Amino acid sequence: MAADVVGGILLAGITLYAALGGADFGAGLWDLLAGTTARGWAPRALIDESITPVWEANHVWLVFDLVIFWTAFPQAFAAVMTTLALPLWLALAGIVLRGAGFAFRKEITRLSLRRAAGATFAFSSLMTPFFMGTVIGAIVTGAVPADASHASLAAWTSPTALLSGLLFVSACGYLAAVYLVGEAARRGDRRLRAYFTYRAQAAAIVAGALSLATLAELNNASPALYARLTGRALPLVIIAGVCGLAVVALLAGGRRGPGRHSLIRVIAALGVAAVVWGWGVAQYPVLLPGTPVTLANAGAPHATLVALIAVFSAAAVLVGPSFALLFRMQSRRLLGEGQHGTLSAAVMPGRTGLPPSAQHQQRPSPERRRGPATRGAVLGTIVIAAVIRRPRRR
Amino acid sequence: MTHASPAVLLAAARVSREVVPARAQMATTLGFHIILACLGIALPTVVLLAEFIGLRRRDATALLLAQRWSQAMGVLIAVGAVTGTVLSFEMGLLWPGLMRRYGAVLGFPFGVEGVFFFLEAIFAGIYLWGWRRLAGWAHWWSGVPIALSGIFGAMSVIAVNSWMNQPGGFTQRGGRIVSVNPAQVYFNRAAIYEMPHMILAAYMVTGFLVAGVYAAGILRGRRDRYHYTGFAFGFVPAAVLTPFQIFVGDTAARAIAHGQPVKFAAMEYVPRTSRHVPEWLGGVYVNGHVYGGVKVPGLDSLLVGFGPGTKVIGWDTVPPAYRPPVVWLIHLCFDVMVALAFLLLLAGLWALHAWWRHRRLPPQRAFWWAGAVSGVAAVVAMECGWVVTEVGRQPWVVYRLQTTAAAATTNGGVITSLSVVIVVYAALGTATIAILRMLSRRWRRGDPDEAAVPYGPNPAPRDLAAGEVGR
Repeated sequence: MAADVVGGILLAGITLYAALGGADFGAGLWDLLAGTTARGWAPRALIDESITPVWEANHVWLVFDLVIFWTAFPQAFAAVMTTLALPLWLALAGIVLRGAGFAFRKEITRLSLRRAAGATFAFSSLMTPFFMGTVIGAIVTGAVPADASHASLAAWTSPTALLSGLLFVSACGYLAAVYLVGEAARRGDRRLRAYFTYRAQAAAIVAGALSLATLAELNNASPALYARLTGRALPLVIIAGVCGLAVVALLAGGRRGPGRHSLIRVIAALGVAAVVWGWGVAQYPVLLPGTPVTLANAGAPHATLVALIAVFSAAAVLVGPSFALLFRMQSRRLLGEGQHGTLSAAVMPGRTGLPPSAQHQQRPSPERRRGPATRGAVLGTIVIAAVIRRPRRR
Repeated sequence: MTHASPAVLLAAARVSREVVPARAQMATTLGFHIILACLGIALPTVVLLAEFIGLRRRDATALLLAQRWSQAMGVLIAVGAVTGTVLSFEMGLLWPGLMRRYGAVLGFPFGVEGVFFFLEAIFAGIYLWGWRRLAGWAHWWSGVPIALSGIFGAMSVIAVNSWMNQPGGFTQRGGRIVSVNPAQVYFNRAAIYEMPHMILAAYMVTGFLVAGVYAAGILRGRRDRYHYTGFAFGFVPAAVLTPFQIFVGDTAARAIAHGQPVKFAAMEYVPRTSRHVPEWLGGVYVNGHVYGGVKVPGLDSLLVGFGPGTKVIGWDTVPPAYRPPVVWLIHLCFDVMVALAFLLLLAGLWALHAWWRHRRLPPQRAFWWAGAVSGVAAVVAMECGWVVTEVGRQPWVVYRLQTTAAAATTNGGVITSLSVVIVVYAALGTATIAILRMLSRRWRRGDPDEAAVPYGPNPAPRDLAAGEVGR
């Protein structure tokens, strides 16, 4: 019983990391695809301003989830960390480079270095969700043995795992674009709203297609799980699909107030949550599919589980309202545009308290930036194409 | 967890290959992160102190310092957050054996730490990016949770480390943990001295590092109120805490002599259990001889039990396989840590004396040189302390219960990840320092040139006075 509760807590933590932290990684995708410096100026500025005050707090969900996992289900944790060491190392590299690149870009003034930091941020934002996706895909397909003693390449390079890696990237991009539509709307920026609306819809279609492809592939790779996804977890799967369609429809029809954009955000996050919980419900009570390891028999001693439930309750009481405060302040734009640090971004002419001279200086001069930025974009596209091709090659 | 003996033997053989690189990687990543962790724990307090005085006395210099430090803090917290995540992953990636066996025990303090990590990150988001729109005191209060959660978060992480030194609070049967007492795990026997020792160390490292930056500026002739104020905000808290740290450290050493006698024997070169044990200052122990050290007869016994006849346990009480490797490294690190603490204490006393006699800081260049290197000295002392406690516990990862070799991953290729880590961390460290220096140069120039950078939009550094008016 306690193990089931902690399993639920773990799933809730994963949901929050996906819905909050995932969007921060997705923002990196749009930063990467924003194009040349001149064209990418405005979206990059919005991205930067939107995730600056919140990404670290969102990132903590990952650490929290890891801690819950290893405390509550230590054997399964050790098995996962051993079998899937390589993708986890790569996801970790993405985390380090993303965070450092993002923080450094803000403070660097020299163009070339700033581009390097920005590219680091953007590329590594793809790595983490992709490899996390392969990790989940490997677990789902039962590629993690209970008594793992060595890493396995085959475990996370199965078609299902690779597809789920791509699905994670696209889902992050989808969430980020939907959130950014709201951010643009809040700033009254029509152009950016249209820009991200288009991307959110495109990402929704890609993510939807990849979801269906993953589901179809699961039918081959793990028929038992597929049966339960289309069985007892079917309501959640349907909710996920409906949420995705609703977001696309609402984005297409939407030209009204900011309340509508919060609604769209909530629906988008709900869709992702439905996927995560659909996975959880389908797999319950098994912890590592393909093995006899369940929540109950892999669980830590009772006192530890109770302590974890207490920790989570404390987190809900202390951290919940703090997050609410942070997001509220962020949505009222009380944070950033700061004294320092924030890429002042949204500082478009005529909309801020910046002295005109500074505004003038902020306009990029086209001659200086075209070349390298174009090269960066081309390089980015090639890398993405390479990433997308991986499954076919294997 | 496995039963077949050939498999166990095979696993053991593979383990021994990976344990050395795994330890090296853990040491590299922890040694790097711990500096940022110190800054994460204590820098918010120093910044809040400056902002408090700035608001209270309407002191524009103090406010300016607080603003600039919080910009630096933004970078440091970001790098600290990601390098801390590396350690979380490494718990499983490098030490699956430890987690498999004891994850259920040592996980609880980490869970508590998670809550404080949340609070720290959330309020850092508010404090760091709220300078412009939050009114003076509201902004100050938004920083208080960062400082508090830094302290409690550090306590929780140290609870895990001290538990590894003095494990307790659980029962195991047949290699499985059957019951856990989370409170006893958290407040284990070593926590009582390790927690204050590390938190004081964090404050000393941060204070002396901040002081060092401004002392270096003063040495270069920047003798203005800005630099003296910046120096004082770092130096005074750190120097005040130094005697307390020496007291806590002395208490800790005595507790180690009782609780972890083999580690203590390595720290003090006590090969055989005996009375009237001499204290070695420096010196390298090789094959039963100490080369180049100063021997003070009976002092070690005196320090351990307040009498020269006190019996001190030597490392002969355990078989050679259970003794820590490289005793000389442990001893020298211990001596360096203690010596540096006393030198830092002297610097503080020097400043105190000058203030008492002349109501000013010492004018001698030697004092400012001491101030300039005090930050590095504090970092070295802290790293040495970690070497003592970690290498001194070897070959155990959980003292007397699990060897480090049994905890290490059975996956090959740790050498590869170690190499990558060294390269990435070298770049990360260099970039962090370069960016802090760049910020400092930019502040000194006070020019808004960076606004012209076109890759992405950029902070327009406000006119420094404008920030004050805004408040």
